[in-house]
Amino acid sequence: MAYNELIRNFCIIAHIDHGKSTLADRILELTSAVSERDMSDQLLDNMDIEKERGITIKARAVRLEYEAKDGKLYVFNLIDTPGHVDFNYEVSRSLAACEGAVLVVDASQGVEAQTLANTYLAVENDLEIVPVINKIDLPAADPERVAREVEDIIGIPCLDAPRISAKNGVNIEAIMERIVEGIPYPLGDENAPLKALIFDSFYDSYKGVIVYVRVMEGTLRKGMEIRMMGTGAEFGVVEAGTMGATSLFPRELLRAGEVGYFTASIKNVADTQVGDTVTGVESPAKEALPGYRKAMPMVYCGIYPQDGAKYPDLRDALEKLRLNDASLGFEPETSVALGFGFRCGFLGLLHLEIILERLEREFSLDLITTAPSVIYKITLTNGKTVDIDNPTNYPDPATIQKAQEPFVAAAILTPAEYIGAIMELCQQRRGIYTDTKYLDADRVEVRYLLPLGEIIYDFFDALKSRTKGYASFDYELSEYRDSRLVKLDVLLNGETVDALSFIVHADNAYARGRKLAERLKEHIPRQMFEVPIQAAIGGKVIARETVKAMRKDVLAKCYGGDITRKKKLLEKQKEGKKKMRQLGTVEVPQEAFTAVLKLDD
Amino acid sequence: MTADSAGLYLHIPFCARKCPYCDFYSLPFTEEGAQAYAGALLRAMKRVAEKGELKRFSSLYLGGGTPSLLGAYRLACLLEGAARLFSLSPDCEITLEANPGTVGADMLKSLRKTGYNRISVGVQSGVDGELAALGRIHAAEEARTAVLSAYNAGFDNISADLMLAIPGQTGESLGKSLDFLKSLPLSHISAYLLKVEEATPFGQAGESLILPGEDETADLYYACCQTLEWAGFSQYEISNFARPGYESRHNLGYWRCLPYLGLGPSAHSFFGGRRRFFGRDIKSFVAEENPLVLFEDDGPGGDEAERLMLGLRLAEGFDTAALKEKSAAVLNRAEILSRHGLCGISDGVISLSRKGFLLSNSAILFLLEGLE
Repeated sequence: MAYNELIRNFCIIAHIDHGKSTLADRILELTSAVSERDMSDQLLDNMDIEKERGITIKARAVRLEYEAKDGKLYVFNLIDTPGHVDFNYEVSRSLAACEGAVLVVDASQGVEAQTLANTYLAVENDLEIVPVINKIDLPAADPERVAREVEDIIGIPCLDAPRISAKNGVNIEAIMERIVEGIPYPLGDENAPLKALIFDSFYDSYKGVIVYVRVMEGTLRKGMEIRMMGTGAEFGVVEAGTMGATSLFPRELLRAGEVGYFTASIKNVADTQVGDTVTGVESPAKEALPGYRKAMPMVYCGIYPQDGAKYPDLRDALEKLRLNDASLGFEPETSVALGFGFRCGFLGLLHLEIILERLEREFSLDLITTAPSVIYKITLTNGKTVDIDNPTNYPDPATIQKAQEPFVAAAILTPAEYIGAIMELCQQRRGIYTDTKYLDADRVEVRYLLPLGEIIYDFFDALKSRTKGYASFDYELSEYRDSRLVKLDVLLNGETVDALSFIVHADNAYARGRKLAERLKEHIPRQMFEVPIQAAIGGKVIARETVKAMRKDVLAKCYGGDITRKKKLLEKQKEGKKKMRQLGTVEVPQEAFTAVLKLDD
Repeated sequence: MTADSAGLYLHIPFCARKCPYCDFYSLPFTEEGAQAYAGALLRAMKRVAEKGELKRFSSLYLGGGTPSLLGAYRLACLLEGAARLFSLSPDCEITLEANPGTVGADMLKSLRKTGYNRISVGVQSGVDGELAALGRIHAAEEARTAVLSAYNAGFDNISADLMLAIPGQTGESLGKSLDFLKSLPLSHISAYLLKVEEATPFGQAGESLILPGEDETADLYYACCQTLEWAGFSQYEISNFARPGYESRHNLGYWRCLPYLGLGPSAHSFFGGRRRFFGRDIKSFVAEENPLVLFEDDGPGGDEAERLMLGLRLAEGFDTAALKEKSAAVLNRAEILSRHGLCGISDGVISLSRKGFLLSNSAILFLLEGLE
């Protein structure tokens, strides 16, 4: 039997919370890749944020050995995938490294938007789908209904799918056998020129970048000279091997069909882009593997340290994060209001939130962020087109011939009773209705074209609250469409606060401006002077609020010479002031900057 | 340090009853306690005199607590002790805080004879309902009696305390209190805005304590300042008003960063460039053969930030010349305040306006940033 016939490369796909990570843990246990003693819950998700949010952010992979009922010892390469639309491209590259996918469906929740989206992705990549129905231990479990749903909606046979409880370890072996039987072994010629697909990489301070690859053709050897076909970068392989659950196992070579890692003294993950093809310098492949593209940020925002002195710390932290995240882009930026900071680009809003959280948590930075923005395409009267991701750079309206904003094709899966609420929400967000598809009697897929700028704030929250959490949502970038845009400025005490400006559709400008002024009034405390708050488009004020002047702030009592007490009280007040941003003579609390991001009730 | 300008403060931590808004250090009065404590103060003064660091004082202030509770004899002993151990200037201002109901005409006559020349009466309000809400033991008439008795005993320098922004106070009731004060032979009035301290019954009262709001409080303060000014009391500090020449020398010393020695538990001192204090513990103070060993260091004092912070409380203001090269930054900030009517600037002297007084914390912080 050829070596590759005993290999199964697969991933697990599921909707958030349907039990992907728990199932991965059970599989790891069963293949004794890791002793139970070493298991912390949910081994594959090893970042705190992932655990808390129950989502997998970065792909990981592990090589397992399983002795099947046919008596043969199989090699399983389990490739974990991120479970969020922000990381769709990474998901697609992980899928491309596999021949099959285990589709986990919750026995009570059934098919959700992400289940569909990920399954479609898997099918597009010609993956064999092995469905399993999880959480049969739940009282609300209805495996038969869910199995029918999978057959009806996704169109794959599911009636005999293993019914399991990953949590309780029930029937896990059935899945293992299905993987052996149902997922094809990898093909590929180990003697052909090398073509290895990069599906993940991360930075290790001792070894440099560790690159996770699936060898599609040829052989990757320790010591060989390699080239990244997309970026053109060349390196000498220092180490190659396979991934255990908790450590790496070096080997001399990786052959076609195998999944493993290599290191090559690579300093920067930017040289090891996910989706790129690794080939040999000596006898290079003629063509790269299909599907590679550079990670494209879709959402931008300014990130500033609350304490200006922490600017170098913020830069160091961003650089450290970028070592592991080639899709994170940042450039220095200055704001009159916020001082020195960075303009950062993200794959999506979740990506943004994750980065912010990591900056605050892992690097103990206190940050202020400006309103997230998408990239607008503005055609000027001189015929030039500019990309605008920062309201500060928005051109003079007189020079604008045409403005365009990005739209996404959104699919919302919902119980039928919420269609009305969802349509109302999408309408509010300037959605363009595409169609509605009944997946079964109660389940509907509503599709809209939505401006990306309208969903980067709080669309997901709004959707959840209007549907009692039942609707799920997925999207992909669709196209740029003409739009009527204006830049909304905020003036405090007559001076524009650049950090509060944003670009908005003309029809929403008045409402947003009014809301913004009200919000700011709530968050700016009374100070020594009256503070007028104005929202303006061009020079025209569209909303005005006033923070009245404070009238009393005094220590009137004579403390019998206890000057220290007075000093301490002033010190305390000063500490409070430090949490404020000084904009001209106006003091603005940090939270005012974030409060204005959440303008929808 | 000009020795003549030092102030001596004796803290008398006894009260007939603790007022529910007060967080000063005070204990229930007993004869034995008072006796032992007076002895301890004398002992402390003796130790100070022996050390010789502070010898000459131009003001003596007995505050509390309720110092008048000690009685004429002990008060006489304390003054006599101070005069014997130190050199008190010929025009030394010698103040006794006295609460209505704790001083009679005879006692006041005796005190005047002993050498006390200033009485500060805790009037607080001219409205009985307000006095009751404050938990005071006296009614307005008793306050009148106390002031008149002092006057008749020969005191020509009498101060009254008035509280602003207290529960139930309105513009009208404040007017009554001010009329009440105007009818008395006073040379000085301290008008304090009530500050609710957390560790007091008022601080713990929560919602049940209804106080004037920020706007009402500001209005009460302005009305008070204006009325007193019209009645011939000029405002020389945020909370202090005096007929010409009757400004409290002792309290001015605090704001002008002059040295002072405070004896007794919770009393604060500033001399030799350092601030220090005694802990809130009468037992140790009385038990200690040399109470001065109980002095706790409170860090250096008298730097420019402190001088600015204290000086701006005074109507005379703060002379930025003392800041040398930093004066420009502070004056630039003062310009901004002045544009909003919060201060005046004249020959480098910044003086807060009445509006500025009422926002003095913010205004002072704003100016202090000019020093950074």
